[in-house]
Amino acid sequence: MTHRHDRLLDVPGLARVEGEGAMHVRVRDGVVEDVRLEIYEPPRFFEAFLRGRRHTEPPDITARICGICPVAYQMSACAAIEDACGVTVPPAIAALRRLLYCGEWIESHVLHIYLLHAPDFLGYDSALDLARDRRDLVERGLALKKTGNDLMEAIGGRAIHPVNVRVGGFYRAPAPADLAPLRERLRTALDQALDTVRWVAGFDFPPFHHDHEMLALTEPDRYAIESGSIVTTGGLEFGVREFERHVVEEQVPHSTALHAHLAGRGRYLTGPVARYTLNHSLLSPLAREAAEAAGLGAQCRNPYRGIVVRAVETVYAVEEAIRLIDAYEPPPFPAVRVPPRAAAGYGATEAPRGTLFHRYEMDANGLITSARIVPPTAQNQAAVEDDLTRFVAGRLDLDDERLTHECEQAIRNYDPCISCATHFLDLHVERS
Amino acid sequence: MPTLAVWKFASCDGCQLSLLDCEDELLALAGRVRIVHFPEATRASAPGPYDISLVEGSITTPGDARRIREIRAVSRVLITIGACATAGGVQALRNSADVAEYASVVYARPGYLDTLATSTPIAAHVDVDYELYGCPIDRGQLLETIGALLVGRKPDLPAHSVCFECKRRNNVCVVVAYGEPCLGPVTRAGCGAICPAFRRGCFGCFGPAETPNDAAQVDLLRSTGMSGPDIVRMRRLFDPAAEPEEATS
Ligand code: SF4
Ligand code: SF4
Repeated sequence: MTHRHDRLLDVPGLARVEGEGAMHVRVRDGVVEDVRLEIYEPPRFFEAFLRGRRHTEPPDITARICGICPVAYQMSACAAIEDACGVTVPPAIAALRRLLYCGEWIESHVLHIYLLHAPDFLGYDSALDLARDRRDLVERGLALKKTGNDLMEAIGGRAIHPVNVRVGGFYRAPAPADLAPLRERLRTALDQALDTVRWVAGFDFPPFHHDHEMLALTEPDRYAIESGSIVTTGGLEFGVREFERHVVEEQVPHSTALHAHLAGRGRYLTGPVARYTLNHSLLSPLAREAAEAAGLGAQCRNPYRGIVVRAVETVYAVEEAIRLIDAYEPPPFPAVRVPPRAAAGYGATEAPRGTLFHRYEMDANGLITSARIVPPTAQNQAAVEDDLTRFVAGRLDLDDERLTHECEQAIRNYDPCISCATHFLDLHVERS
Repeated sequence: MPTLAVWKFASCDGCQLSLLDCEDELLALAGRVRIVHFPEATRASAPGPYDISLVEGSITTPGDARRIREIRAVSRVLITIGACATAGGVQALRNSADVAEYASVVYARPGYLDTLATSTPIAAHVDVDYELYGCPIDRGQLLETIGALLVGRKPDLPAHSVCFECKRRNNVCVVVAYGEPCLGPVTRAGCGAICPAFRRGCFGCFGPAETPNDAAQVDLLRSTGMSGPDIVRMRRLFDPAAEPEEATS
């Protein structure tokens, strides 16, 4: 990337995020002129090659956009295609999807908390370094993550790119006996998740406040995961079908990820902090209690506390998984038929990192004619850049190495996923 | 202690995540190798040479084509992990298409992009010592490979087809029992035949087995009622080179 700039200071890479990219900061006369996340994950063209594929194929194909949250891609794809075909899956299938999704929330959140983010707060380069001093903590995280993965394997066949998801439902519904051993594991996981909340609540959170509009799915009677309509903290409410009227994407020269903003309103934030702020009254009593004890109020506007929100959502996902297993009765048919028709369909679900929108158009034979995918990290990019601008402005006295480290940390607050949109490796600070 | 580095090219991160998904073995492994470069997991990065390099992802930009040569030069053993690195991955679907047109579909101003017309496997650019197949790779195979290298033996990696694993697992054959199309006979073993265990046909995510019988496979797919274009699509998803000509007719 250095060829793009005349004066650059190359400083150590930004790590423990998923994907590739860089951050560029330009400071002139002591004033932050420009902050850019340069996302240079090579374009992978999913939306292009989905065209001409059958309407049954997107769950397997779009899963490959992200190895960390494949279920999110599968679920948004299924929702969009079923919407196009006018099919609603029966409650038993929907419940099994939610259960699978809980596994992904646990796996992804715990990965981020323990392996990617906590080392920042504790002054370690990685969880492996942390394990040298506090093996018990890292072991607890790995065990909790494994429970999420095992849940995904029991339902999806595999934790990374599950094979059992299909448009209309599943290839095979698990027998109650397949899930019973997981229930016991999830009881242990609940304690581990509550301990995690208490642990991360004790970290030192720099004072920082953002005023971004926040966006998440919502449902009337439960914390939204795999379905819902959209709300924002600015008072917007709209159905998933209206997503593209409110969210516009544009391409910027410095990134292969598209930038999204709310039409006529500007940058916004999606993800755990947004979900919590918009829906926390719908968390389970235990998760709410844990949140309160951890010092989270009705809103979360300090991005550093995102790690606490993720831990609270992990508690919720574990409890919800237990509830769903207790209520589980195998559906009479693992999937319903989804006959194709010429139509457009829209789907959005809450990926661990935020609202993930898909749209497909297909012809009467079920061949896809166009596809659009809006991942959470692209939606967040403008808000993250805005935070960084203010963040850097307050820290210009730091040397480059220190500043780099702190910027990395600030970016990791958002758990950016870069295979789908972004990945960081380098920070460039240009000062004059 | 031998050093281990993990590198990423165009990919979804799923294969390197497989390493972090070795929850029971990760800390033990970290005691046997020194993980000195692994951006997904650590800020720390030590310069090469490296004893073992794991490479995920395919080559899709001119810059990456240069980067993989640099990595090869500082790696004693280079192992590619996953379908992207060994065969080009799902993004190799572009190889039979017009990339400029693709770019115009996804990006309003494709001129900003710096991309190659193809997504090629690592072995198309540099010598590769071992290849782990799968989208994603199998954790067990990854541990077997690293473990074997640590004690100085050859990793035991299968070249036969998923059908063998399916039989060993006592799965019911989904083609015979349910008439489901299945690529098991021509797909490389390694996953443990997950899909048939879930009552679906294999869709080839471990790539082609060593000596696939293509003609027989096309007949098998036809017998389940599949049409030519569907067969081509199914074969090409994880095997960009697949040209089941007789199927298109
Ligand atoms: S081979 Fe599959 S799982 Fe591995 S990085 Fe590529 S897309 Fe992801
Ligand atoms: S059965 Fe085939 S498609 Fe399924 S996981 Fe194994 S190799 Fe992949």
